[in-house]
Amino acid sequence: MADKVKMVKIVVLGEGFDVPEDLTIINALEYAGFQLTHGVGCREGFCGACGTIYREKGDYKLQAGLACQTVVSDGMYLAQIPFVPAEKPVYDITKLKPDITAIKDNYPIVFRCVACNTCSKVCPQDLEVMDYVQALIRGDIERAADLSFDCIRCGLCALRCPAEIVQYNSAMLARRLCGRYLLPESKDLTSRVKEIAEEKYDKELDELVKMNLKKLKERYYSRDIKLFDH
Amino acid sequence: MYPESMQESIKKVKKTRSERLKLVKSGKEIYSMMTEKEREVVLNKFHPDYQPDARRKIRIGPNKGEELTTEVADLLETYSRIDPKDFDLTKLDYETDVLVIGAGSAGFAAALLAEENGVDVLLVTKLRIGDSNSMMAQGGIQAAVRPDDSPVLHYLDAIGGGHFENKPELVRALTAEAPDGINWLKDHGVMFDRNPDGTMITKSGGGTSRLRMHSARDYTGAAICATLRDEVLNRPDHIKILEHQPVVELIKDNTGKVSGAVLYHLENREYFTIKAKATIITTGGFGRLHIRNYETTNHYGATADGLVISYRVGAKLMYMDSVQYHPTGAIYPQQIIGFLCTEKLRALGAQPLNKKAEPFVNPLEPRDVESSAFIRECLERKKGIKTPSGHIGVWLDTPLIDQINGKGAIQASVPAMVRQFARFDVDMIAEPILVYPTLHYQNGGVEINAQCETNIPGLFVAGEASGGLHGRNRLMGNSQLDLIIFGRRAGKFAADYAKGAKIGKLTLDHIYEYEKDVKKLGIDRSKISPMVLPDYIPDAVKAKQLTTKYHGTLR
Ligand SMILES: Cc1cc2nc3c(=O)[nH]c(=O)nc-3n(C[C@H](O)[C@H](O)[C@H](O)COP(=O)(O)OP(=O)(O)OC[C@H]3O[C@@H](n4cnc5c(N)ncnc54)[C@H](O)[C@@H]3O)c2cc1C
Ligand code: SF4
Ligand code: SF4
Ligand code: FES
Repeated sequence: MADKVKMVKIVVLGEGFDVPEDLTIINALEYAGFQLTHGVGCREGFCGACGTIYREKGDYKLQAGLACQTVVSDGMYLAQIPFVPAEKPVYDITKLKPDITAIKDNYPIVFRCVACNTCSKVCPQDLEVMDYVQALIRGDIERAADLSFDCIRCGLCALRCPAEIVQYNSAMLARRLCGRYLLPESKDLTSRVKEIAEEKYDKELDELVKMNLKKLKERYYSRDIKLFDH
Repeated sequence: MYPESMQESIKKVKKTRSERLKLVKSGKEIYSMMTEKEREVVLNKFHPDYQPDARRKIRIGPNKGEELTTEVADLLETYSRIDPKDFDLTKLDYETDVLVIGAGSAGFAAALLAEENGVDVLLVTKLRIGDSNSMMAQGGIQAAVRPDDSPVLHYLDAIGGGHFENKPELVRALTAEAPDGINWLKDHGVMFDRNPDGTMITKSGGGTSRLRMHSARDYTGAAICATLRDEVLNRPDHIKILEHQPVVELIKDNTGKVSGAVLYHLENREYFTIKAKATIITTGGFGRLHIRNYETTNHYGATADGLVISYRVGAKLMYMDSVQYHPTGAIYPQQIIGFLCTEKLRALGAQPLNKKAEPFVNPLEPRDVESSAFIRECLERKKGIKTPSGHIGVWLDTPLIDQINGKGAIQASVPAMVRQFARFDVDMIAEPILVYPTLHYQNGGVEINAQCETNIPGLFVAGEASGGLHGRNRLMGNSQLDLIIFGRRAGKFAADYAKGAKIGKLTLDHIYEYEKDVKKLGIDRSKISPMVLPDYIPDAVKAKQLTTKYHGTLR
């Protein structure tokens, strides 16, 4: 079956464990016998549950990464996976304006950014975190929303920020403001919602619901297919 | 970088690429579509669902005598984690109007609508809130918004895709409310992809007759789920949240209504009880059961808990005999095994190839047929490519995408995926990727009606945990839509119900009843569910955990 794999030693809570060299931190912890009940979610780099801190052999630097996306190395020193209990203010999105006032009122902390760029360096999604924080400070909601789009809310930026900013939560507000207020209106969507409210399709749908199988199949197989933009 | 052992095959793929590109450019098919007969043959012989031991009759409970997926039947014919006599149901830890179990998008939509309908909500979840399959969807969400589209066409596509077995009333609600669902998400601030003039950017998806797939780059699920989570957190007065506390059993009252639940705290290991006037299950799917040993695209907590606890109170399941395998799950690099490589890749021109770089199937057969053809190529024809960890798969020639659509096309259309492969040193823009079918979606679930009610009063279900909407085959983009439409419905109807509900004396006696039947089958006491979390601890380690007791998969 499988070719023989090389083993490396990882250190967890001071104890060494031999694990195959190609495992991610999450897989390696499990291989070593730890059953994970937190600090793990999608296991595919989408949910941000697994932000973690580690140190590599012979290095003084504390590194941060996603435990489901980081491969172990020999002598890697792993900590227990932290959970970032970041603050999230409560607001009513329908009452906010998509400009700097929303940021000032809800995330005044972002104005304390000292532009050290630690957040961008630590971000496992390689986002320009500092740049989106700076955009928030300028009230440029659209730019902050755009730059932060791929944020998976792992919290590693907030964990390392000397100014104690909760970058990812403030960016979430920016994206919500942008999605609700700043993107141009889709007229098609507005008019389709209206048509449906006016029950334009109800009769035909009711017919389909009651239609016998034979007729329904006929309708299905004879429907025209248009998959190209004009 | 691929290891030496695969290099020879990769060279062949590179060598034949220009020929295959020519073929595409000339408008010819790379491989002809199968006839109905051919499809039948490959499905019967190779689709995991069609294997002789893939299904078996369930011997107890509301679906007794029906064929179910074997692993599901095994999971249901088990004992409870708890002993009812240990619980004093006159002293409860929490009380609420509506209890929502599971914090993915369906759970969030339900919690929001219940709150808006004037009741108190308790939202409980197994992991962190939002850690769910909902967060992972890349592809998109369907809704008939374009002028050349309509809810009627959407209805036809959905019901045809489900082989006409879907419950019509559910498909009607889904398709008629879809545009409003998108609008609602937009109002909450989801940044759907739009053109500069505001029109929604829409794409096709398997089985759609119009461009109907809306997206938020390739983080569609995350954009929706994170937005709804943020909104749920904005309503702390009426929505309370408990994390890391899976529900392991439902509580009933003396009139047979579902009236609450038992929680297990994963960290301090205490059990807690909740009394609720109405209960909504939004616990998602079952990928982590690793049915037939398949790898999965699903998140860590996708263990079908909702099915188990519902079944024990007498709720009927529907279509739990069919499993959706996605043809293209990554099998290399080792770190991302099971990772979903979206259908979009093949739609954009990526071709499946065997070890000798030969095409062997049309890239755009229906999911079940495509998967079966991959399995045949690897298992019967032995033309798969083997990885160092012992997995076998076929190539998906992704570099063709840029050659067909222009440089930068891959990066622009699937940035999340490019990033994922690049993390482990595979450049999918320059090199093909290695794939094999992966366990993706639970087509069936607890049977519901359009109000998300089950056959048990007080119990509502929405999202992937529910059954009936998709028949035995869900189309891409209808699941994300399901979460919104039926999540909202569940919230509303459960709130309405809760306002008039009177709860009698609480009981867990149904567990004793159920366990009597389990015992009659002679099933070993150690068989316990819900699973809650999968067990990935190697046997060698367990053998040395001399004083550790495993209760099911948990310690
Ligand atoms: C990788 C991937 C890509 C996908 N892409 C698409 C796509 O492009 N388009 C589309 O339409 N669909 C897609 N799907 C399918 C779709 O995303 C899922 O079907 C959907 O998100 C399920 O949502 P849900 O809210 O029902 O369940 P989930 O989002 O899975 O949420 C379930 C929640 O319940 C919790 N839970 C589970 N058990 C318990 C318990 N015992 N007690 C308490 N809480 C519990 C979980 O932790 C989780 O928070 C994709 C799925 C995956 C996995
Ligand atoms: S780490 Fe904090 S202070 Fe430094 S740039 Fe980022 S947000 Fe600003
Ligand atoms: S911006 Fe912060 S929270 Fe978002 S992915 Fe990067 S490090 Fe994680
Ligand atoms: S577990 Fe979700 S990002 Fe790692």
